[in-house]
Amino acid sequence: MPETVTVRVQRQDQRGGRPYTQEFRLPYKPRMNVISVLQDIACEPRTASGEDTTPVAWDCACLEEVCGACSMVINGKVRQACTALVDNLLKEQPVIDLRPMTKFPVIRDLVVDRSRMFEALKQVKAWIPVDTYGDVGEGPMIAPEQADSRYPKSRCMTCGCCLEVCPQVNEHSDFIGPQAIAQAVLFNEHPTGAMTAATRLEALMGPGGISDCGNSQNCVKACPKEVPLTEAIAIAGRATTWHAIKRWFTK
Amino acid sequence: MSQRVVVIGGGLAGLAASMKLAEEGIAVDLVSMVPVKRSHSVCAQGGINSTNKFTRAQGDSEQKHFDDTVYGGEFLNNQPMVKEMAYWAPKVVNLLERIGVPFNRSDEGNLAVRRFGGTLYKRTVYAGASTGQQLLYGLDEQVRRFEAEGRISKYEFWEFLGPILDDQGTCRGAVVQDMFSLELKALKADAVVMATGGCGLIYGKSTMSMVCTGGANARAYKAGAFYANGEFIQVHPSAIPGQDKLRLISEGARGEGGRVWVPREPGDTRHPGQIPEGERYYFLEERYPEYGNLVPRDIATREIFAICKSGRSVDPDTYCVYLDLTEKATKIKRQVLEHKLGNILEIYEKFVGVDPLDEPMKIFPAVHYSMGGLWVDYVKDTRTGGLVAGEPANQRTNIPGLYAIGECDYQFHGANRLGANSLLSCIFSGLFVAPGIKSWLKNMTGTAAADQPASLYEGALARHRDAYKALINSDGDENPYKLHRELGELMTRNCTVVRDNGELRETVSQLGELAERATRLKMTDKGNWTNQNLSFTRAVVDMVDLARVIAAGALARDECRGAHYKPEFEIPAPTATDKDELERKADQWCQRYYKQNQEWLKTTRASYTGDGPQLSYEPVDAAEIPPRPRTYGIVGAEIIERVWRERYLAKAETLGHEAELSASAGT
Ligand SMILES: Cc1cc2nc3c(=O)[nH]c(=O)nc-3n(C[C@H](O)[C@H](O)[C@H](O)COP(=O)(O)OP(=O)(O)OC[C@H]3O[C@@H](n4cnc5c(N)ncnc54)[C@H](O)[C@@H]3O)c2cc1C
Ligand code: FES
Repeated sequence: MPETVTVRVQRQDQRGGRPYTQEFRLPYKPRMNVISVLQDIACEPRTASGEDTTPVAWDCACLEEVCGACSMVINGKVRQACTALVDNLLKEQPVIDLRPMTKFPVIRDLVVDRSRMFEALKQVKAWIPVDTYGDVGEGPMIAPEQADSRYPKSRCMTCGCCLEVCPQVNEHSDFIGPQAIAQAVLFNEHPTGAMTAATRLEALMGPGGISDCGNSQNCVKACPKEVPLTEAIAIAGRATTWHAIKRWFTK
Repeated sequence: MSQRVVVIGGGLAGLAASMKLAEEGIAVDLVSMVPVKRSHSVCAQGGINSTNKFTRAQGDSEQKHFDDTVYGGEFLNNQPMVKEMAYWAPKVVNLLERIGVPFNRSDEGNLAVRRFGGTLYKRTVYAGASTGQQLLYGLDEQVRRFEAEGRISKYEFWEFLGPILDDQGTCRGAVVQDMFSLELKALKADAVVMATGGCGLIYGKSTMSMVCTGGANARAYKAGAFYANGEFIQVHPSAIPGQDKLRLISEGARGEGGRVWVPREPGDTRHPGQIPEGERYYFLEERYPEYGNLVPRDIATREIFAICKSGRSVDPDTYCVYLDLTEKATKIKRQVLEHKLGNILEIYEKFVGVDPLDEPMKIFPAVHYSMGGLWVDYVKDTRTGGLVAGEPANQRTNIPGLYAIGECDYQFHGANRLGANSLLSCIFSGLFVAPGIKSWLKNMTGTAAADQPASLYEGALARHRDAYKALINSDGDENPYKLHRELGELMTRNCTVVRDNGELRETVSQLGELAERATRLKMTDKGNWTNQNLSFTRAVVDMVDLARVIAAGALARDECRGAHYKPEFEIPAPTATDKDELERKADQWCQRYYKQNQEWLKTTRASYTGDGPQLSYEPVDAAEIPPRPRTYGIVGAEIIERVWRERYLAKAETLGHEAELSASAGT
C-alpha cells in the first residue's frame, strides 16, 4: 500500500473564472474514495508544495451512488466520486486527476450547474397527471414485465454523465439529451401516463428534440446506473415518427 | 394579501406536504440545501409498510400494524398518531401507485410484498432495493408539475438559518441563505414546515447522507422549539464500513431470506465457505424461533454485540457477523435475489469488491435513524382513537405556526423504529399536515405575514447577517472538521448501543467543553462565493448542541427501552430449575417491568438554554394498547408472557393513562 495519495484538481474560483490546477498529497487510508480524499483536503487545505489554500468545493450527498450529485471527470472519465475507490484509481494512473464536467457551467471548482436537466424534465412533462391526491382507491394493475421495463429507467439520478459524453450536447446545439428522452418514455409506458403520451412526444419533436440524437451510443456506456438510454431513444424515435404520421393524417 | 407556506426540506416528507398544500390551493416556497431530487430519502432501500391484500388474507389488519409499531417502539409512541398512520397506510400506497412509482409486481399484477423486521406479515411493498429513490422521484415529479404551473417556488441550494418569530412568539417566516452567493433572504410565511430529516452526522459516520447534520432541527430548537426523545437513536445491525460513510445493507436482505450467522466456535478463522452447516451458529434463528432474522433492529444489534463480545466476530478489528445470501444458505436462486435486491448487491460489490451471492457479506452495526426530533402536538379523536383531521395543532411544534414532519419530528416510532415504517411516517405526516395548515391559515387571527411590519424581517436579516459574517471571519484555533471527528467518536463510543451512566456523565461534560471550543473555530475559506466551509462549520456548532440533548436524555433515563439500553437497569431474565421458584421470579420480573413503566413511560422534552438542555417529561398516551413485556418470543420468556397476562395486564391498562409525571429533572 502507498503511504500517500497524490491528487491533481482543476479548480475555478467562480462562474466564468479562469481554471487552474493544484496538487495535493494526503496520507493513504484503506477504503478511501474520492469523497474521503476531498474531505481530507477540506480538513487541512494545503497544496503538495505546502501552501495554504481554500478547500476544494464539490457536490455530494448520498455517498452510495443513488443521488447523482457527485459526478465529475476522474482520470479523464466521467463518473461518480463516491464509488470511485482510490485503490482502483491508482491502478489507472499514479496521480489521481479530478476535473469538473465540461458540458455544464462551472459554479466553483468541481461544482457545476445542472439546472438544464431539471428544466428538461419540465419540458417533457415527466410526471403522471393524477386527478387528485385524495383517497380514490388503488392504481392500475401492472404486469410484472411492464414494471420491470420501467424500473431501470426510473433509476436515472439526473447525474449528467450521459450529457457529458454525448457529442450532440455542445455549445452550438439545443439537444435535450438522453436523460430527458428516457424519462419521457418512462411515463409513456405507464397506463395513466400513456393517456398523455402525445404531449411528451410533441415535446421531443421540435428543435433540440430526438432527431438531434447522433446515435453515438456513448450515453449508455457512461451511465453509472445502466439506464437503457439507447433503447429508450429508439422507442421514443419510433413513437414520435408514428405520432407525426398520425398527426398528419388527422389534420 | 395571499397567504404562503414555507416548507424547509424536500425529502419525502417535505415533498408530500408541498404537493398536498399546492393541491389545496396554497402557495408554497420549498427550500432545500440540495436539489430536492437528491435529498437523503433517495437512499432508502427496503420498502414501505402497509396492510395489503396478501396480509389481510392471512388475518392481518391496520390494527395489527398499529400494534406491531407500538410494540416495536416499546410503547413510547403516542398511540393516536400511530393508529392514524397505520389506518392511512394503504391509502398512502394507493396514491404512490397512482403517481406511477414502479413497485415490483406479483404475477397477477398486484404489488409484490416482502417481510421486514418486527412483524410476522409481509407488509412491505418495494421497488427493487431502491424504494426510497423511486418514492422520492414520484413525489418530486408531482412537485415539478406544480412548479411548472407556478404554484410552488423552489429554493434549491438554499440553507435554512432560523425561523422568524414575532413578539408573541408566532412563526412568521424563515431566514434562508443562498449557498452560492451567500445572499440572505427573509421568506415571509404564515406557516413554516420543518421537513429537514435526521441527524446521523452527529456520530461522524453513519448510514445517512452528508446533509443529515440535524443543523436545521437544532436551529428550530435553539429558537425555542422542544426537542423530544433525543436519546433514542437507532443503530442498524447491517452496514459496511467506509472512510466516508457506513453504507447500509437493507433489512430487506433478511426479508428476502438472508441469514445471519457466526462460527459456532469462538476464534474460528476459516473462510466462511469452509464452515459446514453444523458448525454455523444462526444465533437469531435459534434464540428467536418466531421472528428469526427479523427481530427489530435494536434487538438484532444488541445480539450482534453480545455474540461478538463472546469472541465470534468474523473480523478482528470490528464487531462483524455474516449476512448470508448465497444459495447454499438461503436455497433461493441467484436470479430471484438479483431481481429483488439488485441495488444493495451492487453497493456491496462496488465497495467491498465481493459478490454477495458468491460469499456471505460481512456486516456490522451503524448509526442509522433518529427516533427523537422536534416535539409535535396532535388532536386525538376520542371516538376512533386516531386523530382529528384538519386540526391546526396536528404536527405543530410548541411554536405557533411552526410545524415538523418526517424524520425530524419525534413521534411515530417511540423507542425503536420498525423497518419500512419511516417512509410511511414521512409521507403520511406530509400529507396529513396540509389540511391542518389550511385551517390554521383560514382561521388566523391578526395580520398575515405579508402585512407584518418590515422591521420584523429586517431585524431577523440583520441578526443572521451579523452572525454569518462573524463566523466567516472567525480565526480561532479549532479546526471544525477535526472537532466534528472528535464529536463523532465521542458519541459513537458512549451514546449508541450500550450505555453507562459513568460514561454518559463524562460525555455530557466533554460535550460542554466541545461547545466551548466550538466558539473558537477557524475558517479556512473566507470567501463570499460557494463557501462550503461556512455551511459545514455552522452545522458543527449545531451538532454539538443536539449531541448535548441526546447525551443528557440518555443520562437521565434510567431504564432499558427499545434502542436505549443501560445494562445497569436491565431486569435480569428469570432463571430457576424449580418450577415454583421460576414462577416467583417471573412475577418479580413483571413487577419490576410494571414499575419501570410507571416511572419511565414518558416523553423526554428538552428545551434549549445556553448551558445545555433543560429536560422535562410528558406522559405518553398508551391508552389503547397497554404496555406488555417486549420479548419477541425469545426462548425462555414464555413464562413472563403468561404471568403478565394473568396478573399484570389488567393493571397495565391504566399505565398509558397515568404514566407518572416527574417534575423537570434538569441535568
Ligand atoms: C440507507 C438508508 C436506508 C433506508 N431505508 C429505509 C426503508 O427501506 N424504509 C423506510 O421506511 N425507511 C428507510 N430509511 C429511513 C428513511 O429513508 C428516512 O427516515 C427518510 O427518508 C427521511 O425523510 P425526510 O423527508 O424526513 O428527510 P430527508 O429525506 O432527509 O430530507 C431532508 C431535507 O431537508 C433538507 N435540509 C436539511 N437541512 C436543511 C437546511 N438547513 N436548510 C434547508 N434544507 C435543509 C435537505 O436538503 C432535504 O431536502 C432509510 C435510511 C437510510 C439512511
Ligand atoms: S454522492 Fe450521491 S451519487 Fe455520489
